[in-house]
Amino acid sequence: MINLTINNQRISVEPGTTVLAAARKLNINIPTLCNHDDLCVAGNCRVCVVEQTGARTLVAACAMPCSEGMDIHTNTLKVRNARKHVIELLLSEHRSDCTKCYKNQNCELQSLANEFAFGDTIFLDLVEDHNYAIDRSSPSFLKDDSKCIRCQRCVRTCDELQYISAIAVANKGAHQKISSFHNKPMSHVVCTNCGQCVNRCPTGALVEKTYIDQVWDAIYDPDKHVVVQTAPAVRIALGEDLGYDPGERVTGKMVNALKQLGFNSVLDTDFTADLTIMEEGTELLVRLKKALVDGDKKISLPMFTSCSPGWIKFIEHKYPEYLPNLSTCKSPQQMFGALAKTFYAQKRNLDPSKVVSVSIMPCTAKKFEADRPEMRASGYKDVDYVLTTRELAVMIKQAGIDFRNLSEVKYDSIMGDSTGAGVIFGATGGVMEAALRTAYEIVTGREVPFKNLNITPVRGMDGVKEATVKIEGCTEDWKFLEGAELKVAIAHGLVNANKIMSRVKKGKANYHFIEIMACPGGCLGGGGQPIPTNAEIRKNRMKAIYSEDEHMVLRKSHQNPEVIAIYKDFLGKPNSKVSHELLHTHYVERDHF
Amino acid sequence: MEQKALTKVGLIFEKIDPQEVLQKAYKMTSNEIIQAMLDSGLKGRGGAGFPTGLKWKYTAAEKEPDKYIVCNADEGEPGTFKDREILEKVSVKVHGGMAIAGKAIGAKKGIVYLRGEYRYMLPQIMIELSAFHKMIHDIGFDFNIEYRMGSGAYICGEESALFESIEGKRGEPRNKPPYPTVSGVFGKPTSINNVETLVSAMMIINHDAQKFSQYGTKDSRGSKVFSVSGDTPTPGIFELELGMTVQQFVNEFGDGDTKAVQVGGASGFCVPRKKFAETIIGFEGVPTGGSMKLFNSSRSMYNVLHNYLDFFTEESCGQCTPCRVGCQQLLKGIEKVKKHEVKSTYLTELTKLADSMKIAAKCGLGQSVGNAFKSIVGNFREEIIY
Amino acid sequence: MYQVGNLVKELSEKHGRQRESLMPILQDIVIKHSYLTDEAMVEVAKELDISAAEVYGTASFYTFLDTQARGKYVIRICKTITCSMKGKSDIIHTIEEMLRIRVGETTADNQFSLLETNCIGWCHKAPAILINEMPYTELTPEKVSEIIKDYMQK
Repeated sequence: MINLTINNQRISVEPGTTVLAAARKLNINIPTLCNHDDLCVAGNCRVCVVEQTGARTLVAACAMPCSEGMDIHTNTLKVRNARKHVIELLLSEHRSDCTKCYKNQNCELQSLANEFAFGDTIFLDLVEDHNYAIDRSSPSFLKDDSKCIRCQRCVRTCDELQYISAIAVANKGAHQKISSFHNKPMSHVVCTNCGQCVNRCPTGALVEKTYIDQVWDAIYDPDKHVVVQTAPAVRIALGEDLGYDPGERVTGKMVNALKQLGFNSVLDTDFTADLTIMEEGTELLVRLKKALVDGDKKISLPMFTSCSPGWIKFIEHKYPEYLPNLSTCKSPQQMFGALAKTFYAQKRNLDPSKVVSVSIMPCTAKKFEADRPEMRASGYKDVDYVLTTRELAVMIKQAGIDFRNLSEVKYDSIMGDSTGAGVIFGATGGVMEAALRTAYEIVTGREVPFKNLNITPVRGMDGVKEATVKIEGCTEDWKFLEGAELKVAIAHGLVNANKIMSRVKKGKANYHFIEIMACPGGCLGGGGQPIPTNAEIRKNRMKAIYSEDEHMVLRKSHQNPEVIAIYKDFLGKPNSKVSHELLHTHYVERDHF
Repeated sequence: MEQKALTKVGLIFEKIDPQEVLQKAYKMTSNEIIQAMLDSGLKGRGGAGFPTGLKWKYTAAEKEPDKYIVCNADEGEPGTFKDREILEKVSVKVHGGMAIAGKAIGAKKGIVYLRGEYRYMLPQIMIELSAFHKMIHDIGFDFNIEYRMGSGAYICGEESALFESIEGKRGEPRNKPPYPTVSGVFGKPTSINNVETLVSAMMIINHDAQKFSQYGTKDSRGSKVFSVSGDTPTPGIFELELGMTVQQFVNEFGDGDTKAVQVGGASGFCVPRKKFAETIIGFEGVPTGGSMKLFNSSRSMYNVLHNYLDFFTEESCGQCTPCRVGCQQLLKGIEKVKKHEVKSTYLTELTKLADSMKIAAKCGLGQSVGNAFKSIVGNFREEIIY
Repeated sequence: MYQVGNLVKELSEKHGRQRESLMPILQDIVIKHSYLTDEAMVEVAKELDISAAEVYGTASFYTFLDTQARGKYVIRICKTITCSMKGKSDIIHTIEEMLRIRVGETTADNQFSLLETNCIGWCHKAPAILINEMPYTELTPEKVSEIIKDYMQK
């Protein structure tokens, strides 16, 4: 153990502990900006400088390891002056149009400015010296360099967590900036639109592209029937933007709020998550049969999940040779969209051209997904507008809704029924667990052999998870699988996806089915979720997801009554011709670099 | 304070038999070599002045079997050109110093990082290097040197930025600790030394520690190569004993009308005429990597400062706030003062900023931007304003 | 614009495909073609299996790894203090007149680009320029026009 004092308080810490971490243990607050718990140390912004007795210069608390006998002071005159200067310097290169900024009141620079840089700033405005333009090319987010303070959190996110490096630090000195390849528009580079950078940007330099006004316009348009779907991970995180602690489930209140906002029908993406399990589970079993029984060499295994649009774009860019391995199933959002303007419109006797389909997603990549040309199976744009969890919170605030005191309300019908299996789509491993719950039962006629249906080996925050399920006691139709060991793997965060993919590519992985989610923790850690994010917050959200599942009466997708009904009334059976037209899709190869 | 007369010395460029020196070094133990460096009092010649013997001692103590000697030949400080001359004239001594350092710390690999501006020298150096390799291998050294080129980035002279550049990345200084002696290039223990330091090491082995330490003062042992430029009738390279005053220097090199000397380049200090006599050139006074620039009374110190700040604004790596934004503020600030768009008291605010940059910037270069600013504004305030 | 052809592959064979090979590869491309095209940077990214943004980010850090089109001969005039004091402006003026381009521009025949650069280490022989990698020092307008004339005839 290493002994040191911070502000005259003694503390012993493990070797390797930073001064910042040691100070936090003593509840001494040192302000930070470039530091982020999910990312490696940068030591760039210099907001966290502190005084070390005997040192010639101040030291960055986030980057300085504790050493024996160290004497640290966090609030000396020297420290305060330097820190104030640093914050004022950052403000001088930042376009401070706070009242017009989407991040107003949720901006770390603004908070620091409130604490330190009150009054007139002494420094000259540098924004005018640069020729900044906002990159609006991505349907998912905006990049506004005039608000960038070069903390490089986005660059580290894109590299360390997502293995994309669609953005990097370019130029040097006064011209240093965060740039795509040769300043190309973000829509033209390898960006997956995952929005993890947006989640970690401390200012308004990276924000989602909002469609709030368009949605209001649709709601107020008397000609339009506006349906809204909510993804599983929204209900366990929305509360964070409305004053709740991370991990509080607000499902019923959220449904009520959506009704009060004026949506004509409030429906659940969980319904199409259950439907996805039927389609994708069947697809997997068919592939297994063709490969194992028929010996069809053309069948691509392992099969990959296809719910995560960030992952889809990743594989389209990085591993296009594996596109045949992707399940052809659309994501639950897009299945919902396609059905909203066909099945739903028919049932409700609506003109599909008058139906506006809105989705609330924990995700920024979903905005891109909805814009894909493949996603017009209904004859219209299947999903018209995608809002993030954050945007929904904004709308709720705009409408002056007293969220905390709302009563809990159930989803509308049709396409509002769900099971616990649909809910856990929001956590890494959830799709796998839901699929196993159903597939095992189809094949054996019995429930999956895990206590309370909780398939714990596929749960948790490990970057790559593996499990083997032995299939025993098959029904007559599935005898060929008797005794087979179904090998599955799960990855979340694209850096982990890449780990699995490089093993698959090297022939070192003999999985049958792989679930991949682009974001850390799965959708619960999505790029559209409330800010901030860190491991602790994501863990709480995950607990909430599984608690939501446990509280459901039905917990297996094939039990969903509306799913059973839609096959009877409309789709026929899983992977039917109608299913294929509406619920399945194809993928395109994209540039690798 | 101890002071010396201006004395020209001829150690760095003196003719020696490199084979003889290296044979001598080969027979010495690691400890003997390091002790010789410690006894000589040699401090790094790049400007920072860390005792060379200590650096080698720390690196030698590391257990990791893979270690590196890196020669910092990224001579980018405005007004410095001695390393080019040394490499052009006596590259064998630089390479020899590296082999000796390698013996001392237990490194088999040496890398010279040569600034891109000096690429024209490379073909000749390669010929000399291959002869050198043959010579030391014949003696028995298990040591090899390779060259890596810079591509026009001043900041790569900062040791950890230089490592990043060798590793194929942007030349952005790292957080310290860990220091290079523990984790340097490719994460391995590394002793990084300036071109001239390595030549001095060779000379210390050639003669002995005594011969070297008889020159200079207590805090600044030995002689040093100075790059002299600006308003002087005799610009060029001069090896001088450390410990003279700026006045003595000006007497030798000035044009009779010297009003200021910039010691240590853009990141160094400006010494005005009234302080010539009291200022010693060395670690006890104004430290320098060798750049000595003279300005006579026809020069505007505003232009000098503007030129330096423009340089830093472009050459800052840009990663840390104090340096990236601070440089822009200082530059724009003096422009506004000059144009009377802000009050002249704004210089006081900028001086406070320069103080913050000195203690809050991430690396040594960011921390030294304030030196020129404070010493020029402090001594020539009226020239900045009017 | 030049065609990068097999050059990047050859250079990757020569320098290796580790991250540390990036600088030598980019430097050799620039020696051959004066600057880096987008195509060249993408090819390098492919060979080294790193992102193109990383290649661009690294190249753009270094003044000599130009990512804008440049002529066959890149003239870099030192603009740091001593060269400024010793007549840099006259040298620039002379070259601008001869080549009919301004600082930052390239001649229509893609033969010459004219740029300013920071200290090149020839302060005692100011003013100084680099033409590609060759330094020319103690310049006068007459001397520099002779030098440029020689290059025009090459």
